[in-house]
Amino acid sequence: MPRAKARIRILSLFTLLFCSETALGELGINFPTPAAPVAQEIYDVHMLTMRITTVLLIIVFSFILYSIFFHRKSRGYQADQHFHETWFGNWSWIFVPAMVLAVDLTIANSAQKTLEKIWVVPKDEKLMDLKVIGHQWWWEFEYLDHDIKVESRYTPEEKAGDLYLREVDKRLVLPTNTRIRFLHTSADVLHAFWVPELGFKKDAIPGYVTETWAEITREGVFRGQCAELCGTWHSRMPLVVEAVSQEQFNSWVEEQKTLKVAALAEASADKVWSKEDLFEKGKGLYNSKCSACHQITGLGLPPAFPALKGSPIATGSISEHLKIVLNGKEGTAMQPWNSLNYLEIASIITYERNAWGNDTGDVVQPADVNAAR
Amino acid sequence: MSTATLAPANDHEHHGPPRGMRRWLMSTNHKDIGTMYLIFALVMLFLGGASAMLIRAELFMPGLQLLEPDLYNNLVTNHALIMIFGAVMPAAAGLANWMIPLMIGAPDMALPRMNNLSFWILPAAATMLMLSFVVPFFPGGGSQINTGWTLYPPLSLQVGMSMDFLIFAIHLLGISSVLASINIIVTIFNMRAPGMNLMQMPIFVWTWLVTAFLLILVVPVLAGGVTMLLFDRHFGTSFFNAAGGGDPVLFQHLFWFFGHPEVYVLILPSFGVLASIIPTFARKPLFGYKSLVGSMIAIMFIGMVVWAHHQYTIGMSLAAVSYFMIGTIIISIPVGLMVFNYIATMWRGSMTFETPMLFAVAILLMFSFGGLTGIMLAVVPADMQYHDSMFVVAHFHYVLLPGAVFGLFAGVFYWLPKWTGNMYDERLAKIFFWINVIGFNLTFFPQHFLGLAGMPRRIIDYNIMFTEFNMVSSVGAMIFGLSHLLLLYIIIKTIRGGKPASARVWEGANGLEWELPSPPPFHSWTTAPQIK
Ligand code: HEC
Ligand code: HEM
Ligand SMILES: [Cu+2]
Ligand SMILES: [Cu+2]
Repeated sequence: MPRAKARIRILSLFTLLFCSETALGELGINFPTPAAPVAQEIYDVHMLTMRITTVLLIIVFSFILYSIFFHRKSRGYQADQHFHETWFGNWSWIFVPAMVLAVDLTIANSAQKTLEKIWVVPKDEKLMDLKVIGHQWWWEFEYLDHDIKVESRYTPEEKAGDLYLREVDKRLVLPTNTRIRFLHTSADVLHAFWVPELGFKKDAIPGYVTETWAEITREGVFRGQCAELCGTWHSRMPLVVEAVSQEQFNSWVEEQKTLKVAALAEASADKVWSKEDLFEKGKGLYNSKCSACHQITGLGLPPAFPALKGSPIATGSISEHLKIVLNGKEGTAMQPWNSLNYLEIASIITYERNAWGNDTGDVVQPADVNAAR
Repeated sequence: MSTATLAPANDHEHHGPPRGMRRWLMSTNHKDIGTMYLIFALVMLFLGGASAMLIRAELFMPGLQLLEPDLYNNLVTNHALIMIFGAVMPAAAGLANWMIPLMIGAPDMALPRMNNLSFWILPAAATMLMLSFVVPFFPGGGSQINTGWTLYPPLSLQVGMSMDFLIFAIHLLGISSVLASINIIVTIFNMRAPGMNLMQMPIFVWTWLVTAFLLILVVPVLAGGVTMLLFDRHFGTSFFNAAGGGDPVLFQHLFWFFGHPEVYVLILPSFGVLASIIPTFARKPLFGYKSLVGSMIAIMFIGMVVWAHHQYTIGMSLAAVSYFMIGTIIISIPVGLMVFNYIATMWRGSMTFETPMLFAVAILLMFSFGGLTGIMLAVVPADMQYHDSMFVVAHFHYVLLPGAVFGLFAGVFYWLPKWTGNMYDERLAKIFFWINVIGFNLTFFPQHFLGLAGMPRRIIDYNIMFTEFNMVSSVGAMIFGLSHLLLLYIIIKTIRGGKPASARVWEGANGLEWELPSPPPFHSWTTAPQIK
């Protein structure tokens, strides 16, 4: 990060209230510029309450500072022993709360109005439904209207460079000027979807589906991350929204659909694969999907995440191995991986049984997975 | 009213404290128990502080430098629990033990044996807490507690056996504070000097009365919540497990039904300390006694019905969030009134600024700031952005450190001459004050900006865009953390000697505790004082 920028950032702290607001967002001391009306509404209440509270703060500070400066013994000031018995002393307990109440109501009133505008998903227009599923430690986006799914994982530092922890392998591509309803849920523990430009944050809770909505009004890339502690790699769950025009979005959807069809055809349960092909495929899949816990080296992070290198399951019976991958293990971070297709599971298992010196020589074919499922 | 008829037969006045370990292990004396509470709290303050400094050292730069992610989260969890249950609550209980009998003219606490028990549960609980931290480092110890102090399931259901240690530690801590609360309530209701009615008690005593009731009301809810967690973990229930028909959010409600009132448990006693300090150094009577009492009772009741402002993002209905928002904002009325009364006490006073008063002024300034960011957080739409970001971390440290911890420091400096009979070193204490307060602001002020710019809390690693403010914050944290060594030195130095303190100690001091010599006799008021 350039030094100069840092300096400007620190200098402009105190002008926060008075300068151009967007510039402050760019400098990283206020919310980034909103990209949706919902976010704009939120931004406006935020600035309003911040201004009101700042005025209150200045009032409180002035009284305290005035008092400690003038009402001090060293200046020969004589204490007013009867101050608490004056009319002020007798009635301030009424009018101070009344004044605070007035301020409170001003804030609550504008907050309530905003809330009514943004809280409930509007039902008057057709919405595009997007299901957001939090996983330990990746995001899954289901485009319910388009029947496609995207898995999004953080990009490692070597590739992401300065965007490390703000960049993902597959972005959440969304169309602009379309009302989108986000349906949040989780496959394991709590997570929270937070992209500041879209304005809201919402928890992903297993067993719940929570709703939010946004209509993105400008194209661009908006970055956020998971905001609810979800375990070891909570810091590695960036969210990257790529807002594109409707046309671009449509062609992106077509592309995804073609990819999906190709993957399905390839994964047919009947096809028999060579060990090398499975191993190579499995390596890629393992490194992206399993290595957060079990590590690229297969050594895991015991005691939380067991090593697969030399593990009794990964070197023992194939059916046990299949079982734990397909069904996961209740009460642990090991989730059921039954959303993977036969080919994917077969290749991951083949990889695990032959990598890192687990030289079992076993080859698991998609058909075996089909039989086990 | 004549004191002679009411004075107890004080034939055992001649006996002093028992010698050696028995004096402490079997103590039933409010001062000795108070001292033990305070020493315990100081030890915990250093443990909690060390973990905080490790956390900030890790966050100094992007990347993983010192810690593993699970160890980081384990430290975050432990830091919070140690500070809240190990440092602030016991320190406040220590002040209560020492000062309540002195202030209400009682010879001791009403239930001295229970007093002993409620203290001695604490070291056991602290041991459990430490075990929950270290057990994962032993073979077969399971995974670390990576949930934060909120212990939200399902994550807390994934953790290894150290979570069970933690649950039992929480049970013990809860029992200890409920016992202490019962003792305080009984003492205040039954042991006041003849002629002292409730509305003549010092505000510090009032704050503890309210705090004690609050604790008895909410601690059992936390105990219930963590017990259900324990059952989910080991006995096949699914209170919080969605797959078994349970509800993960239920735990959050139980936790915050305890958790929000808990923040008042933490600040009220310190606010009580301010009510003693400010009139002393302003040399004029406390302003608004009745409205202070009214405010804290209002805080107690309203504070118990606004808990879900910590859960705005769980997807509540519009009606529910509106209610919790308005309730929360309304709390600013009694809180604001308390702050107002303190400022009005300073107003037209004849002030001097010894260390306790310096802290008092700093508290008023910084707590007001923290309270105002609290109002911002209460605004639901805006909290959609602030929630679970560094902004929240900044907010609660601005209320908790000034509101609770600095109040306790102020109280310690204020009463240390009374307790030990020696004056502390004013020059060193002032140096401590300045380093402490500057370090504090350097640490937490920049975190507001980090939060607004999009940095979540409880992350071990961050993008380089957040670097500068994190560096400032970490440097501040080192200054802030290390400054407490000076505090330790000042306290030890005062205990070992110093200019002898008079009974009144401070020129403007008023109240029964100043009628006794410094240090006070082993049994405080063997003859009940007369209240005019
Ligand atoms: C979120 C963390 C996480 C991810 C991601 C994960 N696992 Fe696991 N895995 C675990 C945990 C925790 C266990 C231990 C469960 C237990 O307590 O028995 C485990 C156990 C296993 C075991 C049994 C090992 C043994 O010796 O007990 C296998 C095999 C396995 N996982 C395979 C996989 C595969 C294949 C993937 C990727 C598709 C994967 N895991 C992804 C957390 C994870
Ligand atoms: C005017 C008074 C206050 C208001 C309106 C207020 C409001 C809030 C709100 C709305 C939150 C939730 C923010 C979020 O997580 O999104 C919060 C968090 C918090 N507040 Fe306050 N607050 C006030 C005073 C206090 C005081 C006096 C304390 C303690 C002494 C305190 C301690 C905390 C703590 C510890 C948290 C964070 C808890 C956690 O998530 O771990 N607050 N406050
Ligand atoms: Cu997370
Ligand atoms: Cu709260």
